[in-house]
Amino acid sequence: MVLNRLFRRRAEPDVQVQQGLEKTRRGVFLEITRLFDRSTMDDELYEDLEMLLIQADVGWDVSQRLVEDLRSQVRDRRIVHPTDARELLRNDMVALLELATRNRKVKILQRGVPWVILVVGVNGVGKTTTIAKLAAYHQRFGRSVMLAAGDTFRAAAIDQLQIWGQRLDVPVIAHGPGADPGAVVFDAMQAAHNRGADVLIVDTAGRLHNKTNLMFELGKIRKVMQRHVESAPQEVLLAIDATTGQNGLIQAQEFSKSVAITDIMIAKLDGTAKGGIAFSVAKELGTPISYIGTGEKATDLAEFHPDTYVDSLFFGVGEGL
Amino acid sequence: MFESLSDRLNETFGRLNRKGRLTEQDVDDAMREVRRALLEADVNFKVVKDFVAAVRERAVGQDVLRSLTPAQTAIGIVNEELVRVLGTDREPLRLPERPPQILMMVGLQGSGKTTHTGKLALQLRKEGRNPLMVAADLQRPAAVNQLQALGKQVNIPVYAEGTTGSSPVTVAVNAVKHAMERGYNPVIIDTAGRLQIDEPLMAELVTIRDRVNPTEILLVADAMTGQEAVGVAQTFHDRLAVTGLILTKMDGDARGGAALSIRAVTGVPIKFIGTGEKLDALEPFYPERLAGRILGMGDVLSLVERAQELTDDKDAERLQNRMIKGQFDLEDFLDQLQKIKKMGPLSQLMEMIPGLGSQMRQAKAQISDDDYKRIEAIILSMTPQERRRPEMVRGRRLNRIARGSGTQRNEVNQLLKQFRDMQGMMAQFGKMAKKGKLPANLPFDF
Repeated sequence: MVLNRLFRRRAEPDVQVQQGLEKTRRGVFLEITRLFDRSTMDDELYEDLEMLLIQADVGWDVSQRLVEDLRSQVRDRRIVHPTDARELLRNDMVALLELATRNRKVKILQRGVPWVILVVGVNGVGKTTTIAKLAAYHQRFGRSVMLAAGDTFRAAAIDQLQIWGQRLDVPVIAHGPGADPGAVVFDAMQAAHNRGADVLIVDTAGRLHNKTNLMFELGKIRKVMQRHVESAPQEVLLAIDATTGQNGLIQAQEFSKSVAITDIMIAKLDGTAKGGIAFSVAKELGTPISYIGTGEKATDLAEFHPDTYVDSLFFGVGEGL
Repeated sequence: MFESLSDRLNETFGRLNRKGRLTEQDVDDAMREVRRALLEADVNFKVVKDFVAAVRERAVGQDVLRSLTPAQTAIGIVNEELVRVLGTDREPLRLPERPPQILMMVGLQGSGKTTHTGKLALQLRKEGRNPLMVAADLQRPAAVNQLQALGKQVNIPVYAEGTTGSSPVTVAVNAVKHAMERGYNPVIIDTAGRLQIDEPLMAELVTIRDRVNPTEILLVADAMTGQEAVGVAQTFHDRLAVTGLILTKMDGDARGGAALSIRAVTGVPIKFIGTGEKLDALEPFYPERLAGRILGMGDVLSLVERAQELTDDKDAERLQNRMIKGQFDLEDFLDQLQKIKKMGPLSQLMEMIPGLGSQMRQAKAQISDDDYKRIEAIILSMTPQERRRPEMVRGRRLNRIARGSGTQRNEVNQLLKQFRDMQGMMAQFGKMAKKGKLPANLPFDF
């Protein structure tokens, strides 16, 4: 009865990622590459590196660790050429992010059982836009998608989702503003079942992770889902804004306590932010980072790949590193 | 949670205290801690550099070396410098006599422009004005509906045109005309969120500004923003000459270093902070509070404020009298317990009390919210009579209460004993107060 429809791993380089990140990597960040364009490894280089990492929101702790690791590796392996050191740093950074991808579980969709995705995050990270992107993403695999307007709090959040629904030709299950999100989810689960939807994506109101009551509400939504499908939600996606500073880690920690986060998406990477918080999240939590968001269009979503991420954001794509 | 700067400085200087004399090197160590704390609070690294240099200069000059309490002196200097950079004067909205007064909201996507357009409008109406909100965000799906819905909630008119065949510039221009004709004032223009590197959209803002000539251009920035806050604010400021800043999502637990960075780099004053999703959650900005928050020195003022929200003065006075007279019973205790619970999770409240955060961590003595629930359950299993006279709880009553609350007899006994001790202590304070000997600062005893 289990009909495997695995999420395919695409082999070809993701054009969308590179275009989206193109804008991001402009600016100071080529400086990391340039930093190593000198003849010797000196203290100044390490200091500048630390500054550049901090500037990318990598955070004090992780920046220290990366710089110290590089120092000791350079010493132990008696590396003289900065270009070799650059390679070491790059690999170290990729390895750090892999802490957040190696835990990724293969997603298996079962026929007749909707794959339920609960999308959560603080206010203004772009949850609704993310949902449109996820819908388009699953449509590309030929899956039928349904949306649930679980953000009944913010004014016109329902309208916003419905407009996306029309654009993507995807049904949206919604109640009126101020309705109980649990009730919306209840109806959506039933509708997804009746209409045989492959994927049901549930929007939630933005909530700051230190608001206890709102965090409890997520647990309740989860229970409602489980009454229909025991394994639901099979995916709980936390969206983090790439411009977020060190608070991003606390967000990830706190949301993980309330609902078991299965995937993280770093949104808004089309700006100048480097999304350095991904490193702290990977190191401290190891929650899989699965997607990146690179714009306002429904197609601006890409899978997260540690090497592409590091290369395009920190070293410049096409440098052949 | 991060260890707070005050904890770290205490630690650094604490080690040194034993050796008696402090050297400049010791100050350098302390400055490294200052630097780290600021970076962890998301203060921009360039701003940190200048800031630490300024603090260091004052620290060396100002006898931190000879101070008996170097940590306190250093924290004092850092705090003063923070407040100085954040701006010591309150800067109200510029609302000139002659209409139209036009406020233009700008910022990145998701910073909270639309919500804060609503908040500002509500605030201005409370001041007796007749504001008009303008839906000039034609970019994001349903942004116009969102503003209209907010308008309906607070009964404030919204000017909007169809999203097709119109442009943000014409909407803004027409809205101002509309406001002049109908006597609305001020006019608050909500614009679409945009990246500061999006050239066409930035140019559009410049056009709107030039056409409507706003009295205030308010940059709406998310308190959780990291290092890029500076680049974003600087670009918006360079293009538009921003006149004020609204810092949003301050009800979260971000340290808010972005505010310091933006203020330091652009010199633009912070005019308001957003502290919640409700439309009345807009507050004036107090530099001292943000300074304390960046330093992780606890936020006693916020704690006091939250407590005040839940108790009125009469209540507090009555309670104090009962305490002093030794009449404080378990009913009062339960009432207090429930009030504290309303203030938020205990662990979070602890963080707000300066110094207590670290003490709790060190002692590994975590009071959990579960302990709370148990105490509550025990008291709730008592009859009102028992709550007023806890000494009558013995034997079968004890059994009943333990069963009723799902606890053990000894837990009930323990609570009763603790309560008796507390009553005793209160009575003592009461006597001291009568003799005028009440110590000014009672130690916190949790």
